[in-house]
Formats: sequence, C-alpha cells, structure tokens
Amino acid sequence: MWHVATVVALHDETATARTITLEVPDWPGHAAGQHVDVRLTAPDGYSAVRSYSIASAPNAERRVELTVERSPNGEVSPYLTQEVAVSDRIELRGPIGGWFVWRPRQTELIQLIAGGAGIVPLMAMIRSRDSAGSTTPFRLLYSVRDPGATLYRDELQALPHQECFVAVTYAYTRAAPKDWSRAPGRIDAPLIADKTWPSDLTPTCYVCGPTSFVESASNLLTAAGNDPNRIRTERFGPTGEYK
Amino acid sequence: MAIVSRGFSGRRSTVDVKLPPGQYLTTDFPVLSAGPTPRLPLDRWEFVIDDGTNVLRGWNWKSFRDLPTETITVDLHCVTRWSKLGTTWEGVSLDTILADVKTDADYALVRSYGDYTTNMPVFDLLNKQAWIAFRFDGEDLAPEHGGPARLIVPHLYLWKSAKWVRGITLMHEHQPGFWESLGYHNHGDPWREQRYLGDE
Repeated sequence: MWHVATVVALHDETATARTITLEVPDWPGHAAGQHVDVRLTAPDGYSAVRSYSIASAPNAERRVELTVERSPNGEVSPYLTQEVAVSDRIELRGPIGGWFVWRPRQTELIQLIAGGAGIVPLMAMIRSRDSAGSTTPFRLLYSVRDPGATLYRDELQALPHQECFVAVTYAYTRAAPKDWSRAPGRIDAPLIADKTWPSDLTPTCYVCGPTSFVESASNLLTAAGNDPNRIRTERFGPTGEYK
Repeated sequence: MAIVSRGFSGRRSTVDVKLPPGQYLTTDFPVLSAGPTPRLPLDRWEFVIDDGTNVLRGWNWKSFRDLPTETITVDLHCVTRWSKLGTTWEGVSLDTILADVKTDADYALVRSYGDYTTNMPVFDLLNKQAWIAFRFDGEDLAPEHGGPARLIVPHLYLWKSAKWVRGITLMHEHQPGFWESLGYHNHGDPWREQRYLGDE
C-alpha cells in the first residue's frame, strides 16, 4: 500500500518551492492531475501525511516529481523543501484521484487555469500532452503573485506557442514585469473573455489553486457560458498545506 | 515497519484530543468540491426522496423549513486528512425526513445540485447520525460550504456529507457515487481509516 520512494534529484523552482524527483521501483503509474499522499515518520514512530499533486507526466522510468510550496506553518512542506536530501527515502501512497485528470485520449479543447502553486497538476497535463504526442490545443491562464513566484518559468517559455498550441497567458496579481500590458490584479471577466477558449467551443476546463481563487475563476467561467459540468476544480488551503 | 525520515521530528499537537488515524487538526474550514459552486435560489430548491422510479416524499424550501430542527455539535473528518472539531449545525434529522417513507431499501444514493452523488447504507442515515443542515455556526450556510442545504453525516468522511443536496434515491443495491467511482472507499469510516478503494 505504501511505496518506498528514493529522492534522486532536487531542484529549487522559486525561493519557496522545490521540485523533488522520486524513484519508486513498484510505482503502478499515474495520470496527469493525480496526487499522492506523502508520509514522513520520526524515529519514535510519529508520522505525518499530506497530499501533493504530481508534477511529472506518466513515464516508463517509474519516477514521480512533486513540486512543493513551503508553507511557513506547515509540518511536512518545510521538511520537503528544506531538509530532504538526495538518496533519502520517503513513503508514498497513490496515485489518488480520478476526476481532476487529463488523459491523452481526450481530444477536446483544454482550458487550464492555475492560481499560484495550483499550476503543479496542470503542468503534469501539459507535460503529459507533450510526452504522449497529443496535438490537442491547450490554453493556460496562470495567475501568479509576481514574476519571481512563477513555477516552471523556463519550461513554459520554451513551449512552442504557435505550432504546438499551448498558449500561455500570465496574470500577475501583485507586481508585473515592466511594460506588461495589464495592471496587476486578479483574474477578471475581460481577461477570461480575452484569453480563454470561447465557451461555444465547449472546452474542458481545469481550475486549480487556493479556494478563493478557484471559487472566483470557476464562477467567471460559468458566467462566460461554460457548462459547469465541463469545469473540474481542485482547491487547497487555507490550512497552509496543499489540499 | 515505516521508513524513518532522516531529520524529521514532526510537530505534534499540543492539544490533547483523540483524532482518527492519519488525521491532523485544523481550525479553519477548507473547501473541497469537484466543480463550480452551484447557486440555488430558495424558490427553486426542492428535496425529494424517491425509489428510482417513484417520488416517495418531497419538500420545497418552505415545507422543509417547517420540519422540526435540531442543533448539533459534531467533529468533521475529511479524507484529505484535516479534522475540525466541535462544529455547530442546525438542520433536520434524517430520522424526521424518512419517518413517513415506507421502504425496505437498504442503500441510499444522495444526489446534489451540480450532479454530485454519494452512496451509503440507509442504516448510516438513521438513528441520530445524519441531518440536512442549513445553518453553520448560527449563520445561513454559505454556498461554498453547501448552502442552501447539505447533508451532514459526521461519522463518515466528509465527502459523504454531500453539499447542495436535492434528494435521496433509495435502492436495494449499492450504487457507487461520484468519489466512490473514482477510487474512494464505499463506506468511509474515519476511525477504521477507510479512505481509498481496497482499504479494509
């Protein structure tokens, strides 16, 4: 039931977020969007478990990448972002969840909307699309505090926007880069109208982020004419830990 | 048995409370839903008990609110591992709702606005174990927490406490609901840690 995973690589994404690459010899495989339970155990047997979204696409190497945002009052995320080292072992359960999932056999238009660390499972979908050779058009609307808080910035920038049809739009909430076309602020109706798929094209929408962000973005999508049944959501916080 | 995590000591709760296995205490009230929050005007709200073919009982908001209510204080346990203790709700007991319903069905499929479903034995809905709640902490229930009315069945994981309830279908066999079809446990008793399909 619990898989033993070995840390094989660590990569700091931002000042507070780290990607942990795990090798899991008996990993049963996963789909983009699913999450895992991570269990840490202290020498006296005390253990703590939290859920984290998988960032990596399904792969044959039985590797699982998690990107963890440190929450100052968290119990597990400070360990995963500051303490854990290559060759350490932790325990995983999963993959979990069969709803907030994108599979390469899906051919409809895809709208992804991320708030902050909510990008993680959506990145798994973008990576899965690429590794499966899917040509399904994706759009990503990524709301983030400021450019320095952007996860996967280089990888998102390197996506060949025109040919490959993964169109990325950033919405900065606190500070935008110089000469940015839009003043810092939350996602609003004009941005939804301008940068997401028109609802009459019936995209499937995946919205992930903090509760208030998901409430707001999914309400805007519904108001723009999207069928609520085509909007899948994943919320986290305000407990400070993912989900 | 478990692998010890080098350098992990954990942050043990200083509060002396007994939680189900694998749960941690939270004081805020996280929101977890699979889709957008439905907005239900009260004049279009209805709650119906059926047997899959025939409507057995039905209420509109006014007749529902004419039913006797109870105020309960209960602990909530979410499968995503947070527990919130001592929450106060006002609602109508399922004992009241099902009192005049003649049925020999053993299973229930609870249905929500927004097409969410969850299943449980009828046994788990009776004997002061489940309520249709419309107030939380003395306030009308907010839409994101399931308003206008939600099921509260606190002895099971919180996904069983369906938000935005619109009715219950009584059946002779288990029919897995939304999460129960997606890898979560059919029964979901937190004290037996019945989280996922295949647990226990």
